[in-house]
Amino acid sequence: MSDNSEYWKANLRLVLFCLAVWFTVSYLFGIVLVEPLNMFRLGGYKLGFWFAQQGSIYTFVLLIFFYAWRMNLLDRKFNVHEE
Amino acid sequence: MDLQTITYTIVGLTFVLYIAIAVWARAASTGEFYVAGKGVHPVLNGMATAADWMSAASFISMAGLIAFNGYGASVFLMGWTGGYVLLAMLLAPYLRKYGKFTVPEFIGDRFYSRTARVVAIVCLIFASLTYVIGQMKGIGVAFSRFLEMDFDHGLYAGMGIVFFYAVLGGMKGITYTQIAQYCVLIFAYTVPAVFISLSLTGNPLPQLGLGGKMADGSYLLDKLDLIVTDLGFKEYTTAVMGSKLNMFVYTLSLMIGTAGLPHVIARFFTVPSVKGARSSAGWALVFIAALYTVAPAVGAMARLNLSTTIQPAPDVNLVYDERPAWFKNWEKTGLLAFEDKNGDGRIQYVADEQKNEMVKVDRDIMVLANPEIAKLPDWVIALVAAGGLAAALSTAAGLLLAIASSISHDLLKGVFVPNISEKNELLASRITMGCAVLVAGYLGLHPPDFAAGTVAIAFGLAASSLFPALMMGIFSMRMNKAGAIAGMLAGLGVTILYVFQHKGIMFIPGTSFLGGMEENWFFGISPNAFGAVGAVVNFTVAALVARLTAAPPAHIQELVEHIRVPGTSRKAA
Repeated sequence: MSDNSEYWKANLRLVLFCLAVWFTVSYLFGIVLVEPLNMFRLGGYKLGFWFAQQGSIYTFVLLIFFYAWRMNLLDRKFNVHEE
Repeated sequence: MDLQTITYTIVGLTFVLYIAIAVWARAASTGEFYVAGKGVHPVLNGMATAADWMSAASFISMAGLIAFNGYGASVFLMGWTGGYVLLAMLLAPYLRKYGKFTVPEFIGDRFYSRTARVVAIVCLIFASLTYVIGQMKGIGVAFSRFLEMDFDHGLYAGMGIVFFYAVLGGMKGITYTQIAQYCVLIFAYTVPAVFISLSLTGNPLPQLGLGGKMADGSYLLDKLDLIVTDLGFKEYTTAVMGSKLNMFVYTLSLMIGTAGLPHVIARFFTVPSVKGARSSAGWALVFIAALYTVAPAVGAMARLNLSTTIQPAPDVNLVYDERPAWFKNWEKTGLLAFEDKNGDGRIQYVADEQKNEMVKVDRDIMVLANPEIAKLPDWVIALVAAGGLAAALSTAAGLLLAIASSISHDLLKGVFVPNISEKNELLASRITMGCAVLVAGYLGLHPPDFAAGTVAIAFGLAASSLFPALMMGIFSMRMNKAGAIAGMLAGLGVTILYVFQHKGIMFIPGTSFLGGMEENWFFGISPNAFGAVGAVVNFTVAALVARLTAAPPAHIQELVEHIRVPGTSRKAA
């Protein structure tokens, strides 16, 4: 039981980290901080606009695969993986 | 061959393909009807989820909203992709470990209560039905153009096809058909975008073309900003939707709603393992991102082409009698309308209501009209029609299945008639589908918003009711029956009241109560975005009630322990 609760805590830490990134690229870069970021450019894109319509989506994809990869490692480490 | 014949041929061929697959994989037992025997590979499951997910709202409607709202429409782009992050981390693996068929089943078991299960069914039906109304709007637009008739008749034709299609196959038929549909819809969406990006910027990748330069050396987005502000519209790349607070809440509502939609969650019951559930969400998002990163380019380029068609040079406006064929065709559907206010026989399309002569430009026509406006070859135009129908049909079918299974499996078999035979259960689910098509079709004649807006309301309903209950069921040991039920009812109730107060009871025009109230009166948050507020209410009420009532019994706490770990805990055993 104590092993399981360690596993669960490690999972929660990983989830919180990923959600912090998720929040930053979409809500912060794409909405709250969009004006200051728009002062920078990425080719023809204003940077804040780019995050809102392109960058956040790419980050989301990477984030899920990152989470899946780290969780699989965690499953093995705590020996709770499936057969 | 003329355009009409080519369109019939391509749409016909894709339909034959889907139906052939549906018949080939006809559902045999009840279990297969719902979840395809749990044997679908994560990549394929991801692709089918993407088709299930990307509906008329994504395919037909979203780029049109982007075209006319610019930056403000980013809420759809972020909202409908970011939800997968929540799904992959907060729900999918655990629900897969639990391993039942439906969302209400999980809620009923976790909260050891039939009442909770029935409340979940009610939430599910409200959300799914609203979603189907949005699809019906999109299907109506596509069929009215394709059959060259008015919107209402296009919608009736669409209803018939959706019904036939959803009743024929179960989930298994649908899984393989949806893989085919994904291929058709992504091809149909990307091909015209590549053509248009090439012709405007010389770059075949729309994602890069949008940030690229045009032939005259100016950046495409800068030029677009210039053109639309000259006509008096808001600057394309900075125009907010409502307010920034509204955009924040809108995005949150769509994200949470994504993770709470029953037909998407049901997909994750079909992967073979917990590990598969995690990566399956990632694959689904890869296939979704393929469309969602192209959509901003489609929207911006459509707006640019539309503006330069109507007004080729400053002070030179298109003569109405010389309007192109696509203009005439869309006028037939009643979704595009011109009124010569100043009597000069030319078309003025400006922001000023008094002077604007494009009195109706339904946003939902933009994607379908886009290849015609850009003068692409006929086969590309036909392909887009086929893709739009694929998107609308696949989602409508998935939703109807979710509604049908919640009635026949959860409500009848689970609560009222436990010993119902498999045959009668299937029959009940088919009757439910028929009724749902009729109701959604009727309400789709006067949808509360454009297809994407209507669908956004459905997400708000799911966000405010199902997502919090599911999440607390997994992440809180202490959450109990009373808390979950009170939370779902409060969240759904608050959201429904706010939406109906603005849009009419069940969206029927003229039935909005408290009619005289100021629009979007709650901090300027639009009803489409209100689900996030409902979710906060849900979490708060649930936490308070759970604190005041008894903790869940020991076996429920064990169940929660059990779903939190992928395999069996070997050391404990």
